Amino acid sequence: MNHIAPGARAGIYHYDEIDRQFVAERVEQFRKQVERRLSGELTEEEFKPVRLMNGLYLQLHAYMLRIAVPYGVMSATQLRKLAAIGRKYDRGYGHFTTRQNLQYNWIKLEDTPAILHELAEVDMHALQTSGNCVRNVTTDPFVGAAKDEVVDGRVYAEILRQWTTMHPEFTYLPRKFKIAISGAESDRAAVRIHDVGLLARRNDKGEAGFSFYVGGGLGRSPFVGKLVREWVAEEDFVAYLEAILRVYNQYGRRDNIYKARIKILVHELGLEKFTQEVEEEFARLRGPKYRLDPEIVEGVRQHFAPPPFEELPDHSEALERAKAADPAFANWLAVNVSEHKAPGYAIATVSLKPAGGIPGDATCDQMDLVADLAERHSFGELRVTHVQNLVLAHVKKDELYDLWKRLDEAGLGSANAGLIGDIIACPGLDYCALANARAIPLAQAISARFADPIRQRTIGELGIKISGCINACGHHHVGAIGILGVDKKGTEYYQITVGGDPTLTTAIGDILGPAVTETEAVDAIEAIVDVYLANRAGEGERFVDTLKRVGHAPFKERIYAAD
Amino acid sequence: MSAKDRSKEGSMKAITANRLRDGEVVFLGKDGVWVESFAEAALFQRAEADGVLAAAKEKAEREQFGVDIYAFEVVEQDGVPVPATMRERIRTAGPSVRTDLGKQAA
Repeated sequence: MNHIAPGARAGIYHYDEIDRQFVAERVEQFRKQVERRLSGELTEEEFKPVRLMNGLYLQLHAYMLRIAVPYGVMSATQLRKLAAIGRKYDRGYGHFTTRQNLQYNWIKLEDTPAILHELAEVDMHALQTSGNCVRNVTTDPFVGAAKDEVVDGRVYAEILRQWTTMHPEFTYLPRKFKIAISGAESDRAAVRIHDVGLLARRNDKGEAGFSFYVGGGLGRSPFVGKLVREWVAEEDFVAYLEAILRVYNQYGRRDNIYKARIKILVHELGLEKFTQEVEEEFARLRGPKYRLDPEIVEGVRQHFAPPPFEELPDHSEALERAKAADPAFANWLAVNVSEHKAPGYAIATVSLKPAGGIPGDATCDQMDLVADLAERHSFGELRVTHVQNLVLAHVKKDELYDLWKRLDEAGLGSANAGLIGDIIACPGLDYCALANARAIPLAQAISARFADPIRQRTIGELGIKISGCINACGHHHVGAIGILGVDKKGTEYYQITVGGDPTLTTAIGDILGPAVTETEAVDAIEAIVDVYLANRAGEGERFVDTLKRVGHAPFKERIYAAD
Repeated sequence: MSAKDRSKEGSMKAITANRLRDGEVVFLGKDGVWVESFAEAALFQRAEADGVLAAAKEKAEREQFGVDIYAFEVVEQDGVPVPATMRERIRTAGPSVRTDLGKQAA
């Protein structure tokens, strides 16, 4: 194999020979499995679980291959490889997902071993992107850069990657298992909608520890994760997680796919009984074998050492001049750029949500451009966010204007991070074999309706999230406005929910009323926004806060008055 | 009957699959030959479709040709047979949001 090391980039975990050998062996193993399937030695029934363990699904038009981007962090070299694969084996684009991964929609089974081989050249793979295992652990896309960060979530996400890969206890779980870690004061990883959500904190002595929330999840039965333990010391991190997974393995509902997620177990056992079971298991496990050695943590932490920041003044004259000269840039700066912990640097969110565009899609040319810009402006690394955008985390303030101009020329300069145009949408019925309705066309219509960046800023923070079926890959339950596509006798309808919240104050949205057609849905969203703007107590009051204050009635009245 | 088979009494049916080696959407054509275009798909009366489907499944698996084989409802629109559901219309054409891709782009 021609191994092309991602290079000594900032913030990238470097595989060692054991990692590389393992991934290479899995590629060769899958190559033989594909050969056996194509020759008829394996039936589809035998092969399906094998392909799913390698991230390969069968969708409406072709196979879909989901590539892991561990905790959403990758190097410019890796992104270039994703672009090259998209050109060579797919249709010139890829789709970034809410699990901070990337998926291709037009893959041929016979090409898959070659694709996985090429991915392995840059330390990438498709492991744990499908099947009933611990999926890609997600974290804060601003990790290692955010001003409000307390603990670096990458370190523990990487430890979990190593801990969970090929762990026999986790290979045949009752159902898929999703973990998110946030180590900042703001939750940018939606931790409480995960099977296990971890809030990393520090105690009075400065030691790292974790609050464990368990049993969150969306889908058919949405639940907000419940606090099972307020403080788990760093040394007990893997022991406590394994205790949870053992209880899940023992009691999880393998008899009914719709009741197999841990959220149902927590709900049915009750928090007290579930916690008791976990604590008993934890007491049995706790000991030298399961103690997370501080040296191991430190070894992983070394991979995520801060990049060589220059000592810069926090104020940038160049930035101020550009801001004054170019209102469109000033708007992007206000919306898409966040505070960095290093003076003179900033975090830039690259929106994959152009007005009227397909949320999360990027062409291979755009991927190459972002890779170039990551090298030029952000120490050669970038992140994928769970809201389907990209992030360049370490940009000099002096260079933000140059960055934005290059992005804008390529259709990547939209100023809508966190605003109404920053819509999450699952692939829906345009691609997905499980979907009941299309999600993308509605996202396109809504973002086109609210294309004006000034109007978007006037509306303020308002997340719209759209799913094409009850599996809720578009996170509609936690959208300030959520939209669920349903099929009613062959016609697509859309059910609107309001009041969802993916942050630390997690909330599941409430259904506003009867489902509406696609055309009605766009008008309904605009009506909801109008009612909000007419009722909010000042510009600072967010949509969800106005909703809490005035209730659903004025919104319902406006949308359903004519019925 | 599979969940995808939402046919109604009296309707026509076509039989579809994804080709094993590349995932391409294919339809059972005349004389049991799989074709890529829905326009060339054979249509079956409901009464005969189940039998044809069972035979096609058995043959496709034996020959390692196709996967996820099922029948879907077809209706007539302006004198032309079209899939009854949005799902199957999208499969026969391509993504509605990327008309440059899929069979519709050919």
